[in-house]
Amino acid sequence: MSAMIKVENLTHIYSKDTPFEKAAIKDVNLEIEEGEFVGVIGHTGSGKSTLIQHLNGLLKPDSGKIYIDGQDIWENKKNIRQVRFNVGLVFQYPEYQLFEETVAKDIAFGPTNMGLSQDEINERVEQAIEFVGLSRDLLQKSPFELSGGQKRRVAIAGVIAMRPKVLILDEPTAGLDPKGRDRILSQIKDYHKRTGSTILLVSHSMEDIAKFANKALVMNESKLFAYDTVENIFKQSDSISKMGLSVPQITKVFDKLSEKGYFTNENIYTVKYATDLLLKHLKKEEQ
Amino acid sequence: MLRDITLGQYFIGNSVIHRIDPRMKILLTIAFITMLFIVKNFIGFAVAIVFVFAVIFLSKIPLKLVVKGVKPIVPLIIFTSLLNMFFISGKTLFEIGFLKITVEGLNLAIFMSVRIILLIMGTSMLTYTTSPIALTDAIERLLNPLKKIKFPAHEMAMMMTIALRFIPTLIEETDKIMSAQKARGADLESGNLIQRAKALIPILIPLFVSAFMRAGELAMAMECRCYQGGQGRTRMRELHYSKLDVYSAIIMAISIVLIVLINIFVPTII
Ligand SMILES: Nc1ncnc2c1ncn2[C@@H]1O[C@H](COP(=O)(O)OP(=O)(O)OP(=O)(O)O)[C@@H](O)[C@H]1O
Ligand SMILES: [Mg+2]
Repeated sequence: MSAMIKVENLTHIYSKDTPFEKAAIKDVNLEIEEGEFVGVIGHTGSGKSTLIQHLNGLLKPDSGKIYIDGQDIWENKKNIRQVRFNVGLVFQYPEYQLFEETVAKDIAFGPTNMGLSQDEINERVEQAIEFVGLSRDLLQKSPFELSGGQKRRVAIAGVIAMRPKVLILDEPTAGLDPKGRDRILSQIKDYHKRTGSTILLVSHSMEDIAKFANKALVMNESKLFAYDTVENIFKQSDSISKMGLSVPQITKVFDKLSEKGYFTNENIYTVKYATDLLLKHLKKEEQ
Repeated sequence: MLRDITLGQYFIGNSVIHRIDPRMKILLTIAFITMLFIVKNFIGFAVAIVFVFAVIFLSKIPLKLVVKGVKPIVPLIIFTSLLNMFFISGKTLFEIGFLKITVEGLNLAIFMSVRIILLIMGTSMLTYTTSPIALTDAIERLLNPLKKIKFPAHEMAMMMTIALRFIPTLIEETDKIMSAQKARGADLESGNLIQRAKALIPILIPLFVSAFMRAGELAMAMECRCYQGGQGRTRMRELHYSKLDVYSAIIMAISIVLIVLINIFVPTII
């Protein structure tokens, strides 16, 4: 089976042929299988947003190819809208894109552009708002009356309503309180489980990546540094820290413990796994 | 992309042209526009062309960029040229069906095109070589005498400064909103005029909402820092005329005199 997303020798240069020329992506090669939950990490300006905007054809590669589900997305320019329905992209601070009179109409914007029937649209809107954990009473409100976190969720619902095969989120939790972050992320994880779609999540929080993703994609200075399982990525805590990124705090704790001779062959990056391990260990000591 | 638009952009530099006092540069630009409208034949244009290219050369701004700035108005140039070519009566050059191209029409078409291109190239040198802040500063100073007749020179200048400051921000924002709506399948590129106008709604509404929000925040921030208009405000950087400004004014005066002389001694075209 071919990969869901395949990127070949992708290079992108902003403001080409001007004094402000800047290569934001250099020669990236990548294959992501269907159904993966991929965490995208990298320091500020490393090219994460640029990379993901190529995957639904918002940016055109300066060189290189992108295949979604085996199909070269730029082969036929007329199909680029179809690509955008298949690869849903939620931007950073997506609440600024809301414009309709009611929440329902705003969520329906994508499905309407797809040319679906009114019944189908209504069904999708209701399902989408449920997916993001908002009550249906909000559907008839104006999006401008909602709180920041609610707006964010409406914006995400607007993309989910297109039922994309691939869902990409660019820092969906930026500027939210810890509780709001956890809720949005768990809902995304839930969506992943229920639909089996491929998910790419850009995040600056290693804890979030460790908790929710099974693969991690690391960008560094416009290049792809690594694409591997979360476990293998956080094993290389040295090179990760050199890039100005960090590993999850719990991994740091266990790195120190292993220096002292405890849990030396373990690779820990979630709190849950760490607790289990510690409890098991303590029980053994008691006996 | 939207942000690749170069017209009206400032290019940092320290060339002779950059160093001319912004007030002088504004006056020179006005003089230059006048010069272009005095010109009555192609020999006069030769002087103007030499003048413009000398300025571009001295400013060290790549010619390619200046030419790129002319691109957006090419359709306008073509349109006026066609009108001139076909609708000016005179000696027939050749005919295509019922359309006649006259010698006079062709002459006028070329003449007008050269004038428009020079106008854009010349005036854009003002914004290429002067920072927006220096520009509005200069406008305020030039309009200062009008304060006596209660003309709000400072307020005007402040409004322009803010507008200029927010153009890049708004362009960036428009870009972002456009991408976001395109990601939801908004179709901005096809359809008839009405469909296209409708397709703008999802972009304009969020843009206005955020522009109003920004305006409110900026006003609040200015008031927090006790901004009360121009009364008693001093400046960090005062403007001073220098010898350079005198030289540049003299060169401009010589060019204009030259063109007037050419107008007198060479037959006119229009
Ligand atoms: N529209 C643009 N025009 C010119 N340069 C740009 C543009 N967008 C991004 N860049 C530059 O390209 C580089 C990569 O930017 P990108 O937005 O992809 O980074 P990022 O990894 O998403 O960073 P962050 O974590 O801050 O969101 C940066 O150096 C940025 O300055
Ligand atoms: Mg980004």
